[in-house]
Amino acid sequence: MKQWFNSGKPWIWLTAGSVSISLIAVIGLLILIGWRGLSFFWPAQIHEMDVRANDGSISTIIGEVYDTETIPLERLKESGVQLDDFNEVALDRWLIKIGNREYVPLDFTWVLEPQIVRDETPADLAKLERSKDGNFYGYVVDVLENGKSVANGENVRAVLEQRIERVVEINEQAADLQDSEIGAINYQLNQLRLERRALDLEGQLTEAEKARISAAEQQLRDDYEVLEEELFALRDQASRDEVVMRDMRGVEVTLPMYRMLAVYFPNDMNLVEKIGHFFVQIGKFVSEDPREANTEGGVFPAIFGTVFMVLLMSVIVTPFGVIAAIYLHEYAGKNAITRLIRIAVINLAGVPSIVYGVFGLGFFVYMVGGSLDQVFYPEALPSPTFGTPGVMWAAITLAILTLPVVIVSTEEGLSRIPSTLREGSLALGATKAETLWRIIIPMASPAIMTGLILAVARAAGEVAPLMLVGVVKSAPMLPVDGNFPYFHLDRKFMHLGFHIYDVGFQSPNVEAARPLVYATSFLLVTVIIGLNLTAIGVRNHLREKYRSLEH
Amino acid sequence: MAAAKPSLGASNYRLIKDRAARWGVSLGGVMVLVALLLIFFYLLYVIEPIFRGVEINHQRSFQTPAENVVAMGMEEQSEIGYQFTADGELVYFALRAKKGTEWEPGKELMRTAVTAQKPTAFTKTQPQNNRYAFAVPGGAVRIIEPKFSSRFIDGEMFVEPREVELDARELLQVDPQDQDIVKLAYEYDGESKLFAAQSAEGRVFVNFMQAKRNFLSGAVEMESKVSELPINGGVDQLLVTPDLRQVMVRQNNRFWVFDVTRTGTVKERQLINVDSRRFGEVTSMSLLAGASSVLFGHANGKITQWFEVAGDDGRRYQFIRDFQAAESAITEIVVEYYRRTFYTIAENGEVGVFHTTSEAELYRGHPDAFKAQNLVIDPRANTLLMREGQQLHVFELSNEHPEVTWSGLWQEVWYEGYPEPDYVWQSTSGSDDFEPKFSLVPISFGTIKAAAYAMLFAVPIGLAAAVYTAYFMSPSVRKVVKPTVEIMEALPTVILGFLAGLWLAPLVEAYLPGIIAVIVLVPLSIILFAMLSSVLPQVIRSRLTDGSAALVLVPLVAFVGWLSFQLSPVIENVLFDGNVRQYLTNELGITFDQRNSLVVGIAMGFAVIPTIFSIAEDAVFSVPKHLSNGSLALGATTWQTLTKVVLLTASPGIFSAVMMGLGRAVGETMIVLMATGNTPIMDWNIFEGMRTLSANIAVEMPESEVGSSHYRILFLAAFVLFVFTFAFNTVAELVRQRLRDKYSSM
Repeated sequence: MKQWFNSGKPWIWLTAGSVSISLIAVIGLLILIGWRGLSFFWPAQIHEMDVRANDGSISTIIGEVYDTETIPLERLKESGVQLDDFNEVALDRWLIKIGNREYVPLDFTWVLEPQIVRDETPADLAKLERSKDGNFYGYVVDVLENGKSVANGENVRAVLEQRIERVVEINEQAADLQDSEIGAINYQLNQLRLERRALDLEGQLTEAEKARISAAEQQLRDDYEVLEEELFALRDQASRDEVVMRDMRGVEVTLPMYRMLAVYFPNDMNLVEKIGHFFVQIGKFVSEDPREANTEGGVFPAIFGTVFMVLLMSVIVTPFGVIAAIYLHEYAGKNAITRLIRIAVINLAGVPSIVYGVFGLGFFVYMVGGSLDQVFYPEALPSPTFGTPGVMWAAITLAILTLPVVIVSTEEGLSRIPSTLREGSLALGATKAETLWRIIIPMASPAIMTGLILAVARAAGEVAPLMLVGVVKSAPMLPVDGNFPYFHLDRKFMHLGFHIYDVGFQSPNVEAARPLVYATSFLLVTVIIGLNLTAIGVRNHLREKYRSLEH
Repeated sequence: MAAAKPSLGASNYRLIKDRAARWGVSLGGVMVLVALLLIFFYLLYVIEPIFRGVEINHQRSFQTPAENVVAMGMEEQSEIGYQFTADGELVYFALRAKKGTEWEPGKELMRTAVTAQKPTAFTKTQPQNNRYAFAVPGGAVRIIEPKFSSRFIDGEMFVEPREVELDARELLQVDPQDQDIVKLAYEYDGESKLFAAQSAEGRVFVNFMQAKRNFLSGAVEMESKVSELPINGGVDQLLVTPDLRQVMVRQNNRFWVFDVTRTGTVKERQLINVDSRRFGEVTSMSLLAGASSVLFGHANGKITQWFEVAGDDGRRYQFIRDFQAAESAITEIVVEYYRRTFYTIAENGEVGVFHTTSEAELYRGHPDAFKAQNLVIDPRANTLLMREGQQLHVFELSNEHPEVTWSGLWQEVWYEGYPEPDYVWQSTSGSDDFEPKFSLVPISFGTIKAAAYAMLFAVPIGLAAAVYTAYFMSPSVRKVVKPTVEIMEALPTVILGFLAGLWLAPLVEAYLPGIIAVIVLVPLSIILFAMLSSVLPQVIRSRLTDGSAALVLVPLVAFVGWLSFQLSPVIENVLFDGNVRQYLTNELGITFDQRNSLVVGIAMGFAVIPTIFSIAEDAVFSVPKHLSNGSLALGATTWQTLTKVVLLTASPGIFSAVMMGLGRAVGETMIVLMATGNTPIMDWNIFEGMRTLSANIAVEMPESEVGSSHYRILFLAAFVLFVFTFAFNTVAELVRQRLRDKYSSM
């Protein structure tokens, strides 16, 4: 035995074990996020169960099983729960989402498994998705139009589905009207106000100009009134119908239809329907706006903001990174400055990201942005235009942060190009610049691409600096819209990574938002792992290509 | 087709292009260095002002408009000053010329006689209350508040003094015995007034006046409650705190503190005999902003600060610290409106500027060789008005960050109300009297604690995994395993933080014994498995090569991990009476937070493992093969070769891996932000949280005012992080470069 220990065998196995632990951690983490994130979209069964309380009374609960956990009996006893004839060490407890937020004090409740007397999943149980107050669980009783019943017992589901479809369509029209046309009028009114101020500041606000601006404003206001009437008409139409539901207390409640988004009967779905539902929900998740302080609905603005910011960043970081890499590999001599630059690259990669955020906030936002406002937007002062965090500053800050990624990757690509190619080109009379431009850069372009992909992956997952230079919980307007000049680089934006932090840690109802956070995480991880795998693939392909060139 | 003559050299145009490209690219390359330097110097540029001293610049001098001045003041814009005279007059005067008016420095703008008769005593409230009181013969007091009106003409503000309304109602009878008052102190808190006074015949009394609304007539009446204090002889100074809770009396070196209840009852709290041999004769006394501290000026030029400290017999005033303000007796101590900065005047006219909490001597001397007799500060602390005989001198004062000193940031500071000097980070609070406490020690400690626990977890696993992957693993497995572990580096830390905070933290809380069981059982089971495998028949053993052991162990480790969690309730029942948290708190006295260092250590450990793994693996893998082959050929076992040859050769690379990992752990923000409670405590307890430099910046930066001390200190925190990581990364990179050179020469 002693000899076996001396041979070092156990230590070898232990080092092998740490590899296993790392592998389990990586794969387990990905599976966990994937499982939790995707199961959010899968239609859960709605349970109707009778639960015996401590005093022996029995109450009915309708809802989805949200979570289960095992807890030691001892801990329950200490908190005063009495469980007779139950003799195991630990027991399961279920977290039930009961919804119906306006009728119950808490939309989540814990149920101890031994206390459940009856547990069924009746096919008639409906789950109503609403734009306010979250889900409603219960039985559909009736559908009302202007207070009169329009459904009999047989067709109530079909009528409800059809009415909800109608309402959703009307609501969409109303939202469209509000966002695009009314939004445009508001935007133009604001532009006119700024124009007047600008003229005033320059001392060119003549009577003619005044009259012109006032006329334009009046025209816009008239348009606005017409649109507003349209909007109110749509809203009236939407609030025509109502639905009567019976909830878990056995009480019939009337809910306004205009808040409904969809109705499902998950207990009555077969596998095909469930798979269909699954994909429809995923589609809604990536295309819809968030609701209820980001705890429900989709993440479209966050996806849009992330993509827009990352594209902007790529435009900035690519030329700088590539030029720096070319300098380091093709031009730099072996001297102190080159060494310094290399150390600078390593340090730029190693400086904590929050430091970039601090620097971006102080230097770009307050110093550069503040000066820009003084020079170009004096009419908007004292409210800042570029002197406040926004998507442009976020992109520039992240461009500095990801610069080393592009440099290192491009340089690696350059070093793999055999020097015979350079020498050949130079021997044929090309200048160094021509060699670079015609031969080297095209050949290194996959490496540049790799660097860019890695930079994008890094930027998409970075949160800490963005919290300081432009990301917000909820941006009312996207940085791109139909109003000239179409790209509004001064606007704040939403970001997937920050969305995770915000919803998971700063939302009023963390329990309700948790599945959404997992889903968002899954989305982000998928994108980032995907980008990284692509980059690795491109790089490996490149290596193989140049290995064949060398021989 | 006429063939062009082939030119052998490049055309001028092409050469110019080539030259331009060279310069352009070189410039681009140097930009990287510029970017790093820009960050460095910009951070320094923002930080630098907090370490500047006070600057006092003489602006102008002019003749004082009034004689026998007892008090002076300025309004917020520092355009108008005012003086109270011993004859009961209030004189407003211009401090500077102003366009659009006929003002010139010293021009009298308004003169009001506040009292009909010559007053017998005068007092003023703390500066932020801005009230003054004259006692008139007969024991009555008139209260005045200098007021200003402002209007805007063409966007420019014009401030003018406002007429003081002289209303007979405001004459308050303070002494019920109608005697002249010779010493007076007064404060009000919006509804009640508290007077402390000494009458001509030597009685010292307190009058607590409360406004009461008469239910029938609706008129406001003052209801006063008078108590006499047991003090004999003439007093030197009386003080009343602005919260109307305490009255202070000084008689030479004897200092009494009396408590006043809301009903006006007075009770002696403490009598201090200021030791004159230790501190010197007391020559003046003043309350600091916030009114928690008393400052004594002494005959030997010292200033001593005293405040209440909780002890065995309740809260009692005690000596805290002293300042050497001059070499001659202190005649006046002037305090600022909101900050703990104070100004002193000595008998020889020397001026001193100090900040109590930071113990900073900001200025000492004779500004422009003037000798000060009185001085006053405007509410924004931008202007200093000084009287020297019949001359008034106006100074511009720049004193932006008196509360920050290098020693205050890194050493223990005795804050008002604290029982002892301590390291505290508490940047904001709801109250105005609050004094921000900026000690970087607790958050730096938090950073080190978080990094230490993360490294405790990451270094063994990361290095062991790197050694195994580089040295033992078969190439085909390595090709898969290496990128898999490295992909973890790409995982956004916000996701790790979110999982740590919302998934791992409750899990650790519920299965604490299970977590500890994993740490013990996993290595044991691996060794046990290795032992078993060594006695297996040759056929099976030949399949279990070292090269694939990692894959074989995956199911085992997963199973043992799962088993540990299943055993968790059993362990809890057997060892900890079924409730491990209660056991920790009651039996061991350990505080347990749900989001604690253990969670951070695990989560951040996983963030750091890929960094360490990747660099260390490269270092071990690139050890020249002939070294290890030589060792093996000489009869050493693989393990001996590894520990005696390979690891020694690769040790600089391994060191650099650990440094890089440490750099990452120190700067990591999101994981600590989400997985800890972010409380700035100083305790190594693994079951409590911490607040790190980076998380502190993320939390407080958005709400700090631009240019304030808080803002600049957060920049300082960022700078500290920058320097930390710069040092780690540079050392790691230099070591790595040297190693590369060494290998290439082998």
